[in-house]
Amino acid sequence: MNADRRTRIKLVGVASLLALSSLVACKREQRRFRESPPAATSANNVSMSELQPGPAVTNVQLRDPYEDNAYAVAQGKQLFDQMNCSGCHSHGGGGIGPPLTDDEWIYGSDPQNIFSTIVEGRPNGMPSFRGKLANYQVWQLVSYVRALGGLQGKAVRTTRDDHMMYKESEQARDKGHPTPTFVPPTSVKQ
Amino acid sequence: MARRRLAVRSSVCRSYLPLLALGAALACSKQKAPDEVAQQGPSPAMTPMAGRSNGGAIANEAEDGQWVRPAKNYASTRFSGLGQITADNVKNLGVAWTFSLGVLRGQEAAPLVVNNTMYVVTPFPNILYALDLTKPGAPMKWEYKPGPIAAAQGVACCDVVNRGASYADGKIVYNTLDDQTVAVDANTGKEVWKTKVGEINLGESLTMAPLIVKDKVIIGNSGGEFGIRGWLTALDLGSGKIAWRAYHTGPDSAVLIGSRFKPFYAADRKPNLGENTWPGDTWKIGGAGAWGWISYDPDLNLIYYGTANPGPWNPEQRPGDNKWSSTIFARDPDTGEAIWAYQLTPHDVHDYDGINENILLDLPFNGRTRKVLIRPERNGYIYVIDRTSGEVIAADPYGYVNTSTGVDLKTGRLKVAEEKDPKMGKVVRNICPAAPGEKDWQPSAFSPVTGLLYIPHQNLCMDVESVEANYIAGTPFVGMNVKMSPGPGGNRGFFDAWDPVARKLVWRLTENFPVWSGALATAGNVVFYGTMDGWFKAVDARSGKELWKFKTGSGIIGQPMTYRGPDGKQYVAILSGVGGWSGAIVAGGIDPRDSSAALGFVNAMTDLPGASTKGGTLYVFALP
Repeated sequence: MNADRRTRIKLVGVASLLALSSLVACKREQRRFRESPPAATSANNVSMSELQPGPAVTNVQLRDPYEDNAYAVAQGKQLFDQMNCSGCHSHGGGGIGPPLTDDEWIYGSDPQNIFSTIVEGRPNGMPSFRGKLANYQVWQLVSYVRALGGLQGKAVRTTRDDHMMYKESEQARDKGHPTPTFVPPTSVKQ
Repeated sequence: MARRRLAVRSSVCRSYLPLLALGAALACSKQKAPDEVAQQGPSPAMTPMAGRSNGGAIANEAEDGQWVRPAKNYASTRFSGLGQITADNVKNLGVAWTFSLGVLRGQEAAPLVVNNTMYVVTPFPNILYALDLTKPGAPMKWEYKPGPIAAAQGVACCDVVNRGASYADGKIVYNTLDDQTVAVDANTGKEVWKTKVGEINLGESLTMAPLIVKDKVIIGNSGGEFGIRGWLTALDLGSGKIAWRAYHTGPDSAVLIGSRFKPFYAADRKPNLGENTWPGDTWKIGGAGAWGWISYDPDLNLIYYGTANPGPWNPEQRPGDNKWSSTIFARDPDTGEAIWAYQLTPHDVHDYDGINENILLDLPFNGRTRKVLIRPERNGYIYVIDRTSGEVIAADPYGYVNTSTGVDLKTGRLKVAEEKDPKMGKVVRNICPAAPGEKDWQPSAFSPVTGLLYIPHQNLCMDVESVEANYIAGTPFVGMNVKMSPGPGGNRGFFDAWDPVARKLVWRLTENFPVWSGALATAGNVVFYGTMDGWFKAVDARSGKELWKFKTGSGIIGQPMTYRGPDGKQYVAILSGVGGWSGAIVAGGIDPRDSSAALGFVNAMTDLPGASTKGGTLYVFALP
């Protein structure tokens, strides 16, 4: 193997790496300018249970058009505040509603599950936002909610907040459950 | 008004008779065995001096060993004349029986005992249990399930709690989270009537315990974090029909302010303040519910209660005094007409939600007995208010307060420290007390024997950042990022004995967690309360010395009560089951890695999941 050939292999390697990363980056940075009209998609094929009577049937996976898309996650983050999601779920830790930052997903964590939860509402207090948001906005919210739970790639999760420091950024924390602590929080001084 | 102002000045002169009061109390307890006191009701020896409330509300309610409303009596003293359990023998107290409520959310209700039956209301789904005290182990007589709409859980700001029922005329009356007031036949458990009084899609819910006055059931709504329009409503006890409704915002006609309205301070006498002290139409979504306690003075025929915080929390969206939020109202229970009003915290900026209990006492001030209302308020002051006129006689801090410097007794106005006001685009730090105030809903107790008020409360501060709140009906309307921390000293709770006549702290117990349970005072000179890590405690009413404690299965945020069983023995009961706003981290499984969760309370309670799990059990204790 001569030096020239080795260089060529290296070059091909670098080029293919570049091509691959640009593909990923493309998805991450992608902006869509032609969104479907609100009624064009729905989540009719969603199952909330893993249990199926009889032989297993593969569910039709509804595709989240914004999975791994940083722009959508950022838009979703804005909507999360604007639509008062944060009123109940706080900044992911929960309050009136359950936390979205932990590992427990009462109604499923797949994009289509979260989509249905937002549109349909859920019986124990989650309001139905049907008709209040365009579908693409719901998908943007789905993307952000999954980012909160650490279910999106690290590269697309949002970074720091321009707010009081109330939690680590979505990017800084991976999926997982909080562990109990036995140490009281620090007190203020008089 | 010159004469009235003079009265203000003279009454604040420090001239009390605390020694005489104590002497009278001691004399009383020497002369009579405590249980005799119980049988006969307040004795003449216990009258005017002991900083006590007789002559009025309590005197009309002789001790019968029962507990028919959460506060025990109309004066809201939570004092029982039963004295079998004493400071000497309480160490022998043990569990008599228990009952699982089957619901694992915050248990804030007081059990009732009427005609040898105990009645307990659970948090959502608001099941009512009747337990037969005449049989061993108190088996269930019946249960009543009102079937509230599950979606109502989405408009309950601070856990899906219920603060209990009231009994009158053969009926148990209570509220369900989804805005229904129900009356249930106390013997059969059959529904007598059910009235829908609010709308969850406007953010309204019901969590408070009704007060029944004559033929009226008086209730108020919750939802100050949801842009509700607050009200107090009276229903007819017989039919459940709405008799009157007084709104807390809007024009005088809606607030039921008319010719009989005589507030003490001149600034409160202008017309339509409930509308004019808000920008534009914001009064329509301005909060100010009434989810706390109501007291009643039968002699004056007046009810007293406080209104909740204005909404949204972001104060820059509602410049003005925001009347009548965080206000004490005196109203005629028959017509709902306002007689006087006093705004504790004008233009509240810290969620100093004014729903706390008003304890009606007749106290010696400046050489004469005055009909007062004592109120440990969220904003950090214990108010002594003349309940005939609404005049503030005194307001003393009972914790660390840096959001105000006192109350101007000439104008009645809180002297606000503006540097602690939230401003958009800015983080304001170390605001003390925090949003739950120096004391939240958890009710105090007053013993006419010791003349002391027993106050369970917290010690919390907060950092806040206000953001624009967006009104979407049925969703939260807050606009504030909050992060709470333990206050100075690091302990998050206190249990205080306060002398309302001398206006000073007599003793204080510190607790690691906020003391989120109510207090119970008894003629046996034993005071009871519970802690969020599950201890139910008995302390000496005079010294505060811990006499006995028992570890229940979950944290305690309920209201202790005591009664005489069919066997003639005195029992003490408490619900165990952590939750509420302070315990949301456990009851709601909140993630503490977001310190703004549960309106910022989580940040001060990160260690609670290690100290208590969820629960829902009634514990009843007795001497062997």
